[in-house]
Amino acid sequence: MSVLDGPRRADERALITPEGVDLRVRVAGPGERLSALMIDVGLIVAIMIVGLLLCFGAGWVMGFRNGEFLMVILLIGGFLLRNAWFIAFELTPYAATPGKRATGLRVAARNGGRLSAGAILARNGMRELELFLPLTMVLGGGGEGVDGWMYLFGVVWAAVFALFPLFNRDHLRIGDLVAGTWVVHAPKVTLLRDMVDDQPVLAAEYAFTQAQLDAYGVKELHVLEDVLRKADRKIMAAVATRIRGKIACTAGEYELDRSFLQAYYTALRGRLETRMLLGRRKRDKFDRD
Amino acid sequence: MAELQLKSHRFRNEREASWRRLDSLMTKVERQSVDSLTDDQLLEIPVLYRSAMSSLSVARSISLDQAATTYLENLCLRAYLFVYGVRSTPLERLARFFREDWPRAVRSIWRETLLAALLFALGAVAAFLLTSQDPDWFYSVMPSGASQGRDPATSTEALRATLYHDDGTSGLSGFAAFLFTNNAQVAILAFALGFAFGLPTALLMIYNGLGVGALMALFVSRGLGLELAGWLMIHGVTEIFAIALAGGAGFRIGRAILAPGDRPRVEAAAEAGRTAALAMAGVVVMLMCAGLLEGFGRQLITLDAARFAIAGATAVIWGLYFYLPRRSTP
Repeated sequence: MSVLDGPRRADERALITPEGVDLRVRVAGPGERLSALMIDVGLIVAIMIVGLLLCFGAGWVMGFRNGEFLMVILLIGGFLLRNAWFIAFELTPYAATPGKRATGLRVAARNGGRLSAGAILARNGMRELELFLPLTMVLGGGGEGVDGWMYLFGVVWAAVFALFPLFNRDHLRIGDLVAGTWVVHAPKVTLLRDMVDDQPVLAAEYAFTQAQLDAYGVKELHVLEDVLRKADRKIMAAVATRIRGKIACTAGEYELDRSFLQAYYTALRGRLETRMLLGRRKRDKFDRD
Repeated sequence: MAELQLKSHRFRNEREASWRRLDSLMTKVERQSVDSLTDDQLLEIPVLYRSAMSSLSVARSISLDQAATTYLENLCLRAYLFVYGVRSTPLERLARFFREDWPRAVRSIWRETLLAALLFALGAVAAFLLTSQDPDWFYSVMPSGASQGRDPATSTEALRATLYHDDGTSGLSGFAAFLFTNNAQVAILAFALGFAFGLPTALLMIYNGLGVGALMALFVSRGLGLELAGWLMIHGVTEIFAIALAGGAGFRIGRAILAPGDRPRVEAAAEAGRTAALAMAGVVVMLMCAGLLEGFGRQLITLDAARFAIAGATAVIWGLYFYLPRRSTP
């Protein structure tokens, strides 16, 4: 399909919705996943510390007589923070914990279908194996009666699970594998203005010939779009000089670089879009017929 | 000017308002919740979603306006994640879980549950036989500290006493909470370990059985077998059932990975994982009941007959709830 031969990123994957449209999502890398996790763990630890202090304060006020009630709160609260934090946040329509939200990540079903509650439970139940087991292994330091080799074996064994996301293409962790989910980029993108709207002069002033418009392809068009959007005077001057050289067009005496670029952008886009409609997508300037 | 009007430009001008409408609704949902939308807005979303999807397809084939295509890809993804995301209100979901999803998930893993229960029994019987022959086995089977002063060195009278007045009646709720969180964590681990082909789960099941068997052997040797059974079973029926279910859930995942059948391994694992996780969520609920029974029930009810009655009742209730054939509601 001609639509799909544009520049593809290494982390881009096909996600076919039930409507049959390929959304081409970007999967989250291990680094982003880790930073999202760190934010969540940081928040959990912070809440735990605040909770502990509050309970201690309450106990102090009550003179440590009704300690049992506070212990129940601490135990259950700790359990909920450890297990329910991720599940509760991922069950919301946004399907992301605060850490994921902050890094622009969301959980989605890998097959393009509906994300089920069972999937959320499964992917977070596995966290026990991937996060807490290795942590207790490393922090526990073996304990009494466990010799060095056994300890080493335990750590390596746990590390296999913890480092799982590094060794597969979509950076799935075991929870994702077992739940059929993945974590994708879905930051909010705002709609930027169409650069054609900016046209200050009549493009008809420049009657570009077909040969002049065939000098570039889609890739260059998009670069030009970015240049116009940034509107840096120096860059625009350099780009305008390059283009004029390439298409053999001399600058008029009072011609502004910006007007020239905008006119060329509009004309080039028109030409490329027309050809695209006829089934020919010129990828870049090296793409000859 | 007219002939310079690009098709892609006109296309964008015509559709932009509906994209922005969808965008604003999505932003609202993402910031707050579904409840922040009115019914009309909720009905509007699928329509706008489909129109945005078609815009995306059109934009990809006719437009080279990078800003619009990027924006549409993102907007469609956000709307897709909402439209095909986890739906229904928490209360509905909870009701559905207890009415349907949980029993069904438990029923679908009955073979694995049976295997887990057998392994548990195997551990218990082995420890019972070993400890009956040589009481020293008790120390190797029981994790140190777990026996809480119940070991072969304790006098029969003291052993009897542990069955009827544990630690007095103070600290009950704390004890219950501790038992629950501890057991639930172990159960979740048993489930997660199923991924390693179920092997560690099997070990965990046997290991849990060992303790029960060793304790049983010790008390039987002092003629306190029946009393111990009452002491254990009042909560043990629920707790051991829950542990077997957790093990079964783990085995279900292990089995899907080892023997996926005629489906791709990843797909089989994903389906098994979702079913097993539903069963697991219920296990946590069962362990909460068990924790309450153990923390309160056992300490407050010291009559053997009453303990057995409760044990029997819980067995019947769980059994009927899970395995009673029922019509499935659509």
